[in-house]
Amino acid sequence: MSAREDIMNRIKSALRDAPETPVVPRAYRRSSTMSDAQRLEQLVDRLVDYKANVFLTPAADVPAKLAELLAGTSSIVVPHGLPQEWLSALKDDAGAPAVHVDSPERRLTVAELDAVDAVVTGAATAVSETGTIMLDGSDDQGRRIISLVPDRHICLLHAADIVEVLPEAIARLEASRPQTWISGPSATSDIELERVEGVHGPRTLDVMILT
Amino acid sequence: MSNTFLGMPTLPVFGQGNINATESFPQAARRELANTQLRANLGHATHTIRDKRLKVVAELPDWEDMRNAGSAIKDATMANLPALLEQFEANFTARGGIIHWARDAQEANEIVTALIRETGETEVVKVKSMATQEIGLNEYLEEQGIAAYETDLAELIVQLDHDKPSHILVPAIHKNRSQVREIFLREMPVVDPNLTDEPARLAEAARKHLRKKFLSAKVAVSGANFGLADTGTLTVVESEGNGRMCLTLPETLITVMGIEKLLPTWSDLEVFMQLLPRSSTGERMNPYTSLWTGVTPGDGPQNVHLVMLDNGRTAALADEYGRTALNCIRCSACMNVCPVYERTGGHAYGSTYPGPIGAILSPLMTGIKSEENSSLPYASSLCGACFDACPVKINIPEILVHLRGEDVDSKRAKLKVPTQMDLMMKGAQWAFSSGSHLNLLEKGLPLGKLVAGRDKVIKKLPGIAGGWTQSRNIPAPPSQSFRQWWDKEHKPGAAVVPGTTINEGEQA
Amino acid sequence: MKIALFATCIVDAMYPRTAQATVALLERLGHEVVFPSGQACCGQMHVNSGYFKEAHAVVANHVEAFDTDDYDVAVAPSGSCVASVKHQHELVARRCGDAALEARAAVVGAKTYELSQLLTDVLGITNAAEQLGSYFPHKVTYHPSCHGMRLLRLEDRQLNLLASVGGIEMVELPEAEQCCGFGGTFSMKNADVSSAMNADKAANICGTGAELCSGGDASCLLHIGGGLSRQGSDVGTLHFAEILASTLENPATVSGVVKLAGSKR
Repeated sequence: MSAREDIMNRIKSALRDAPETPVVPRAYRRSSTMSDAQRLEQLVDRLVDYKANVFLTPAADVPAKLAELLAGTSSIVVPHGLPQEWLSALKDDAGAPAVHVDSPERRLTVAELDAVDAVVTGAATAVSETGTIMLDGSDDQGRRIISLVPDRHICLLHAADIVEVLPEAIARLEASRPQTWISGPSATSDIELERVEGVHGPRTLDVMILT
Repeated sequence: MSNTFLGMPTLPVFGQGNINATESFPQAARRELANTQLRANLGHATHTIRDKRLKVVAELPDWEDMRNAGSAIKDATMANLPALLEQFEANFTARGGIIHWARDAQEANEIVTALIRETGETEVVKVKSMATQEIGLNEYLEEQGIAAYETDLAELIVQLDHDKPSHILVPAIHKNRSQVREIFLREMPVVDPNLTDEPARLAEAARKHLRKKFLSAKVAVSGANFGLADTGTLTVVESEGNGRMCLTLPETLITVMGIEKLLPTWSDLEVFMQLLPRSSTGERMNPYTSLWTGVTPGDGPQNVHLVMLDNGRTAALADEYGRTALNCIRCSACMNVCPVYERTGGHAYGSTYPGPIGAILSPLMTGIKSEENSSLPYASSLCGACFDACPVKINIPEILVHLRGEDVDSKRAKLKVPTQMDLMMKGAQWAFSSGSHLNLLEKGLPLGKLVAGRDKVIKKLPGIAGGWTQSRNIPAPPSQSFRQWWDKEHKPGAAVVPGTTINEGEQA
Repeated sequence: MKIALFATCIVDAMYPRTAQATVALLERLGHEVVFPSGQACCGQMHVNSGYFKEAHAVVANHVEAFDTDDYDVAVAPSGSCVASVKHQHELVARRCGDAALEARAAVVGAKTYELSQLLTDVLGITNAAEQLGSYFPHKVTYHPSCHGMRLLRLEDRQLNLLASVGGIEMVELPEAEQCCGFGGTFSMKNADVSSAMNADKAANICGTGAELCSGGDASCLLHIGGGLSRQGSDVGTLHFAEILASTLENPATVSGVVKLAGSKR
């Protein structure tokens, strides 16, 4: 008998008494009762609590703000689907960082990613109550590795994509896509439960919320 | 597929590996209690995390609703486990993942070893995983000439110190900063000799130590927090980014997951990803959660394996009074609130799974007859703090009592001569199963007064009761019992006056 | 109202004054108290030690004594024993395959109250000084026992009753919700851990500067008091029923090392 059959038989034998399947009571909150402004305020509060840097930026000001954040940076990586106009202010400036585009045709190697200073991505959605930003590998967010290896992650999020509670985000996300949920920069509390921001993941997380 | 079982019932098949205590709990506890550094570290850590948990739980108006949902989802999972496993398997496989089944620790270790050998590698990076600790994977791989590097900071500390984890969430909870610094200075091949004991500096040292390993690793081994049956998705919840490194960079990913880790649907994650972070680290959300479904072309490992582990889980499932222990999501809230764990630490439990949940899970998985594990269900004062803290409402005290019953019955069947406890319980049964028996016994109370002597306290009792008088006196009993007073002196309606006491010295 | 008293074995044999105080309180309020003479023990020591077969006889005796229509409600001055009657008895009967006992145990369990529950929820006592004449001019701290707190959800009932006693000064006990370490046979089987828990409880109690520690379970008070006594502490323990029963005319006495004002000895 294969291990699979063996285990299946053990399980069925263990359940000989046919325990009943309870109806799951879903009385918890599954939709938001907040206004857009309240959600935005809550998300900012949570992100700041996690020691992320937060910038509220009107859509038209994104290129200038991005150029400002990246001043003095020598190279960045972006996913191929990142809106081109966001990077438009980087090109004219002599001190602008070199921009590497990661695409299905030209995937950056681990060593190349390790050499860049920052990554700029979009985001799929965000949960204000928990301060969580979700990446789902869409073209404006790219492969999981590009938002992991560089030491600084600049994440751009549309205010319209902010939901309040986790169930709302779960309903928006496609399970089959590879996902990374991010709640602040990497952190550890393994030594005397004292929180330290910045371990293996990007040690700096900048979140630009497009208003 | 039907869940109805038509074949011959199989006897429970118990698990093996690091879930068998080799020393009885009272004995191990005595040693750990004597370690004052450990007591101080543990007290600080459990109190800190307990307070954080209470704070973030109080934030949510629907916490109890979430616990009720979580508990029901897990009960439903166990009731339909065969069908859900098949559904998960079909979905995970359809997306290019490969599933292996392991009856026990040995089989799981062999499967993982063979998969690593196929890649030609002799090094793997690891994400903290309870399942691989349970089966003793690291030790097995070492025997096979494969080096497994733990990448979670606490696991790294424990591995570098050749120690064992003492807590399932913060495995190095028993070490303080200066101890960690000493371990790093001693064990890291390249380390700044001026390393201070600031946690930020220590974390930085770990980053440098592991960075090259991550960037060059070809094979990673992980556990999984949840497997979602209707989509075939796996989930790893973490903080440091070491999990993301292991799950994203290598070419081959081997995940070991207990068969009970499933949730029926993708949307069930909305309950568990709220319950888990708040219960475990006391955070609104953990910094990183990774989700993957089989293989994603061009993104992450292209060889994705999953080892489905039994190792005694089906034995736990077969126990109708104990099976809800399998609902555990390994948050560790129960140990952080446990007054016993707080004083003994995790090592006293002798298993990968310490604390209140370990005291039921380990004997359920190994069988109560596993000699030293039979002492685990007694490692509790039944105060009930664990049940209140459990995000999936496992009634740990009730299962502890159930397993004590199993232990008593199994020993009764085995031993010809009754133990001291057996005799005490038999005697008490006689006294307590009749008012007149108890009355008869209570007529002897003045004898106790005699034993107590002039200072009206009893300071030493023989045999098993000597455990009590080790640190506690017993007041001299009163001259007569309540029922004797009631029969002789009580006049209905005439209020009894507490000041006019009939007893001497009954208050300690 | 006709109220059946379940004295509990430990109070019956070791702390009769707690039961007398309970009777005094109920009679002071004009109720009739009966004492079903067949009663002995709730059986939780057997259950919690894993001796289900032996527990069956003890549970059967309790149900036999209390399954009558001769009273309106039953009361016990113990959260732990009431929790056993309400939550364990049916379980024991089921495990021993005794369906008839299971059904009768449910009836008895539903009629049984812990003393502060009865006083607060049924008899409407919100101010002990005014409604019971309670007077106890001492500095007191309070330990909420685990089973009353977590199995019966008594919340602040006992504490509120104590706080409303005339002349009393209540002081908060740090880490009050931590178990004292009694746990029945746990205190013998795991004597080292139990002693360590009790030592921390004793240190917290002594740190409050209270003259005594009150609570609602004689077993926990026996444990805490036994530890304090071994350490040579002046601090005593006293069940809340005795504090409520204490009046200006007839104050409660606390024996042991400490002698409180109003004590005859």
